[in-house]
Amino acid sequence: MIEIDKLTKRFAQQLAVDELSFRVRPGEVLGFLGPNGAGKSTTMKMLTGFLAPTSGTARIFGFDIQKQTLKAQRLIGYLPEGAPCYGDMTVRGFLEFIAGVRGFRGAQKRDRVAGAVAQVELEKVLDQSIDTLSKGFKRRVGLAQAILHDPKVLILDEPTDGLDPNQKHQVRQLIQSLAADKIIIISTHILEEVTAVCTRAVVIAGGRLLADGTPFELESRSRYHQAVTLVGDAPLDEAALAGLPGVAGVERNPREHSLTVLALPGQVIFPQVSALVAARGWHIREMDVERGRLDEVFRTLTRGEAA
Amino acid sequence: MKQLPVVFRRELASYFATPLAYVFIVIFLVLSGVFTFYLGSFFERGQADLSAFFTFHPWLYLFLVPALAMRLWAEERKSGTIELLMTLPITRAEAVGGKFLAAWVFAGIALLLTFPMVVTVNYLGEPDNGAILTGYIGSWLLAGGYLAIGSCLSALAKNQVIAFILTACVCFLFIVSGFPLVLDAFSGWAPQALVDAVASLSFLTRFDAISKGVLDARDLLYFASLILAWLAATAVVVDLKKAD
Repeated sequence: MIEIDKLTKRFAQQLAVDELSFRVRPGEVLGFLGPNGAGKSTTMKMLTGFLAPTSGTARIFGFDIQKQTLKAQRLIGYLPEGAPCYGDMTVRGFLEFIAGVRGFRGAQKRDRVAGAVAQVELEKVLDQSIDTLSKGFKRRVGLAQAILHDPKVLILDEPTDGLDPNQKHQVRQLIQSLAADKIIIISTHILEEVTAVCTRAVVIAGGRLLADGTPFELESRSRYHQAVTLVGDAPLDEAALAGLPGVAGVERNPREHSLTVLALPGQVIFPQVSALVAARGWHIREMDVERGRLDEVFRTLTRGEAA
Repeated sequence: MKQLPVVFRRELASYFATPLAYVFIVIFLVLSGVFTFYLGSFFERGQADLSAFFTFHPWLYLFLVPALAMRLWAEERKSGTIELLMTLPITRAEAVGGKFLAAWVFAGIALLLTFPMVVTVNYLGEPDNGAILTGYIGSWLLAGGYLAIGSCLSALAKNQVIAFILTACVCFLFIVSGFPLVLDAFSGWAPQALVDAVASLSFLTRFDAISKGVLDARDLLYFASLILAWLAATAVVVDLKKAD
């Protein structure tokens, strides 16, 4: 369990994190969302003991990150932003160094390194120096380093930033395969990632908590939640659609003869819309119910909060 | 201190992972030879000792040791690996000490490779090998002092060149603090005790004594406390500056 308690970080001019409090339980994959400069990385740096909070604190399974830093750090695997590694070392040398620092010796050390290497598929580049690797491989080295000691807490700062779609998919699969018994916190500004891997999303901006819920709950805050999009062969009767019970409004889409019918909060309008379509005998080529648009929720929440 | 050897091994290996180590050793060996035989008039003196060799070490180190020390922390900060290192379960003392010891042992390796000097002087005459041994110890301690200063200033500056220049300047001050050049600036107004204190900080007087074969406990204590003080300062500076 991670308990974050009124965590605050003030740099010379600005308040980066402002009395942030929340808890994370084992088994949760927490997506940490926010615009650039929202305080995501700063929060992660405080959780891992890299930065000292100005006030407030965090406890990792009961270990206070300021007073019992080493004990807390033993439980954490951390991938810093940009996955910095010692570029002049080989992948093997680097991972053996990390294993050594984590207290593994001899055969145990070799097993740990081999295990991490297999999990992120680094076998081919094991004896190359890290500087010569592609961005995707470097990121995987960073991940291997973080999961090597099978930590109870995994903190990943933008783990898929700059990766190609296949690599992103691999990283997400890896995160999901690890998720069962761990606490995983990932920061990202890629919203599809949250829906893909996270069981919980926390949105912050300007250092303050704006929303905390499952990705589904966040989506349902969208004005597009339960909206119905219609694509017809001929112009559709907007007024009739707008007059249906539970409808909040109708929006035109750039595509020809395409409308999106918005639902009032908490209402389900699909039956009414489809009944109207049947009654009028419209030829409808596509008809979709939306779950909600996370990017729209994100924009609404964070608008004007950060640069 | 359990993880100190792990940090130490990584650091020492990283010197040899790039050509830097070999270039450094070659420059050190060539320059120390040039200084001994030309500036130090090794042959003309006609004495079977290595004082011509050791005399120039404080000046030789003034440029070579900062080059060795500048990357200790500046590189970690620049490449961001400091965030990795400082979030691993190691103490500040292990990180600072491991890095310093690796650089110091590396300097020791370079110093040991000057053994042909010892062979030469033993071939030519009958030197006091005890004095030569203390000379080597003194030289290594001196390198340690420079490195500890360099370690701290490397943590202070993100840029390696700035770290180099700062270290060379501070080391220079420590060399000349026994000279009238510096002491005259104090003697006009400061109490005698302060002037003596400044004079006693000088590397040169301590090093001269040791390299002549006088291994005084006070001089050893001087170097040990100098190194420890600068390393403690390094730990503080790393904590202050790591996130910049």
